[in-house]
Amino acid sequence: MEVRLDILLIIVGTAIVTFIPRVVPLIVLSRIRIPDWGMRWLGYVPISIMAALIGQELFTHDGELQFVAGNLKLFAAIPTLIAAIWTKSLLVTVITGIVSMMLLRLFL
Amino acid sequence: MNSTTDQGRVNDEGFLQGVKDCVPTLLSYLSIGFAAGVVGQTAGLSAMEIALMSLLLYAGSAQFIAAGMIAVQSPASAIIMTILFVNLRHLLMSAALSPYFKQLSPMRNMMIGSLLTDETFGVAINKAMRSHSIGERWMHGLNVTAYANWLIANLAGAFFGQWITDPQRYGLDFALTAMFIGLLVTALISRSKLLLNITVAVSAAFIAIAFYSLGMGSFGIIMATIVASTIGLVIEKWKYA
Repeated sequence: MEVRLDILLIIVGTAIVTFIPRVVPLIVLSRIRIPDWGMRWLGYVPISIMAALIGQELFTHDGELQFVAGNLKLFAAIPTLIAAIWTKSLLVTVITGIVSMMLLRLFL
Repeated sequence: MNSTTDQGRVNDEGFLQGVKDCVPTLLSYLSIGFAAGVVGQTAGLSAMEIALMSLLLYAGSAQFIAAGMIAVQSPASAIIMTILFVNLRHLLMSAALSPYFKQLSPMRNMMIGSLLTDETFGVAINKAMRSHSIGERWMHGLNVTAYANWLIANLAGAFFGQWITDPQRYGLDFALTAMFIGLLVTALISRSKLLLNITVAVSAAFIAIAFYSLGMGSFGIIMATIVASTIGLVIEKWKYA
């Protein structure tokens, strides 16, 4: 249950460099008036970030690019996407994804 | 009429509602936090160190990378620089949330931002798109629930990690991706100009993958977000103005 000094240094260091980008825009940008085009641009940020994360998750495997062949994650994404559009429920979508992946690994 | 809408809004933005709105993410959070705990344990971290890391660093992908680098005895400076880079994407999420917390003092904005993650951001921005506002208490409810769940998941992973060697077998590794698919679909549905927004999403995914293939995964997320959002803005000006 001990905490080594060098590990503590790493944890605190990484925590600080993570904390700053988390809080600075919220503190600074909420004080100034963002122009209309800036607000519109920020409106696209959530969709872009989520799509970028999904893209990298679906098309990579163990640090390598992986396209369609043998890409179980891509196949599991299809029922997951259908569940998301159909039910609009995050919980149902997550469960559909997990079950799809489990079944794919069992049968393929 | 006015009072009922106000009332509905107050209830909708309370702490407890934030807790409730966090529930659908708990499962994917739990599985990824569990995995982070397992990875920390295999990297030789003690349970106390894993707990500290999940409380202070509090970021899924960063914890995996930090644990991996600790395991191969990378120097502290290299680990800290890498994590700085991996977590720079929070700049964009924090910026996107800022218009909703204009009325708050810097200190209170700091409280909100300090627990910002990909997941809580996704849930919060979806709420913002639906109701055009985010309550401060609601945000705390969401953040604290996610934070507590994360600590529990990490500790469970650290504890059970010695017996579970292959968490992938149960499809749990896909939970996070599935959650982002759900969040993206809800975000797309709630925005007008569906085709334009799908174009932005596809561009972002494509750019992120292209950067990844060049060995720049984290930087790719930031570049994809900046370029794709700009594409969205340009098409909007050019086609709809």
